[in-house]
Amino acid sequence: METADLIFKIVFVLGVFGVSLVIAMYSTYAERKVAAFFQDRIGPNRAGPFGLLQPLADGVKMFMKEEIIPTHADKALFILGPSIAMLTACMTSVVIPWGSSLIINGKEFVMQITDVNIGILYVFGVVSIGVYGIMIGGWASNNKFSLLGALRASSQMISYELAMGMSIIALVMMTGTLSIREIVESQPGAHWNVFVQPLGFLLFLICAFAETNRTPFDLPECETELVGGYHTEYSSMKLGFYLFAEYINMFISSAIIVCLYFGGYNFPFLNSLGLSHNATAILGTVLMFGKIFFFIFFFMWVRWTIPRFRYDQLMRLGWKILIPLAVLNIVITAVVLLFKYDLWNTSIN
Amino acid sequence: MQLTNRSKVVVRKEMSLAERLYLPAILGGLFITFKHFFRKKTTISYPEVQRQFTPVYRGHHVLKRDEQGRENCTACGLCAVACPAEAITMTAAERKPGEEKLYREEKYASVYEINMLRCIFCGLCEEACPKEAIFLTDKIVHSGYERQGFIFGKDKLVEPVEADKRVDISGRLTAHRKN
Repeated sequence: METADLIFKIVFVLGVFGVSLVIAMYSTYAERKVAAFFQDRIGPNRAGPFGLLQPLADGVKMFMKEEIIPTHADKALFILGPSIAMLTACMTSVVIPWGSSLIINGKEFVMQITDVNIGILYVFGVVSIGVYGIMIGGWASNNKFSLLGALRASSQMISYELAMGMSIIALVMMTGTLSIREIVESQPGAHWNVFVQPLGFLLFLICAFAETNRTPFDLPECETELVGGYHTEYSSMKLGFYLFAEYINMFISSAIIVCLYFGGYNFPFLNSLGLSHNATAILGTVLMFGKIFFFIFFFMWVRWTIPRFRYDQLMRLGWKILIPLAVLNIVITAVVLLFKYDLWNTSIN
Repeated sequence: MQLTNRSKVVVRKEMSLAERLYLPAILGGLFITFKHFFRKKTTISYPEVQRQFTPVYRGHHVLKRDEQGRENCTACGLCAVACPAEAITMTAAERKPGEEKLYREEKYASVYEINMLRCIFCGLCEEACPKEAIFLTDKIVHSGYERQGFIFGKDKLVEPVEADKRVDISGRLTAHRKN
């Protein structure tokens, strides 16, 4: 690898890391603001203009709080839990294409940390390691509520991973690739996958809610039954890590939804604007972030609309409804593809 | 046997497909919450904006002085008798020669204390007072950390002598008292 490439990669990695942290930080602020607006309140408005410094104040508070490790807890695992949660949350952003490419000094730089040819599988792998963060944390706390929360989290995430994976299969069959960049590039202009795969998108969206432990599937930390769920015993920045990881996950799953179903950095008429290559790329990235922010808002919007599912309802939805629907989606896609292929073949002969 | 006509027949109707799908209901819910997003907010930003009190609000007590700056209270004790929470205590004293500018009549309260933790702000003391000496104002009684701080003596209750610092109680006077 050349030095220019290396420097660009390092800068880009740091940039992506920084941006996802900042977005996660301001998601906490946005969540409180959005919640307030949905409830006819104003929300945090004391720290800085419009309360914009609130996340900093919260961060300082988290760091300053007393660090408590319960005497009965397994110390090493207790620390390992939030570390895994945070690590896996940050790792997924590696394969997401944040934009097409920039040309600097006649050299092309792709706006993606690495284009793994099995990008989706990588994301799934990392996300399934993320379950361990919650499981280990809940188990190491040596607390009934934490254990129950962890138990719920792991069974919920494993069940919904299945439906999520199967909803992706139909998409992969259509695009014929597992690389996220190639999937994004297969939907130029307004040819977004959501219009061809509406059912797949719906399934993926529902599963994304379950995977990020957001309402209506936030049973792992269900306050009304389980005190705080898997992070009952956590305090200070270790708790902060868990909460932060949830917001990063929300950001990343929004990004993945946008990449897979909403054309990523593609936008109608973007290429016919007559802008230079770099300007188009940057505008595409900006538009992609616009889409991502919409989905983050949607996550919050749903949180303040739908009440939490009961545990058996959650399991019924996952196993008895989503998985059959995903199979149906695969079958329909397969049939349509087969006919199209046949038609194409016969037209050639 | 029918006892009332208020009984209702339970309808166990099968849910329609749209209802079982659950998604239309979610969309409806999302629409409702979205409408609230643009509603006028009910929050009052407290220290900057203050809500108007009702004219009959009963808050912090004041011991009034007359136009010449003399205390009205004669320590008759009727307020203490009227007080249902037994929050008021006082000690009476005789006015010495030379103190005519301080107290209106020959007898005055040398100590006058209201225990604000006991007070229920009913306003009966005000009603009982024959000398128009005690009134409840629209001032808020501040919170505190120590019990002792809630026993308000004359230093906190008697209004200042200066004309511009007098407490306005005109809103508390009934029609015939105003005349």
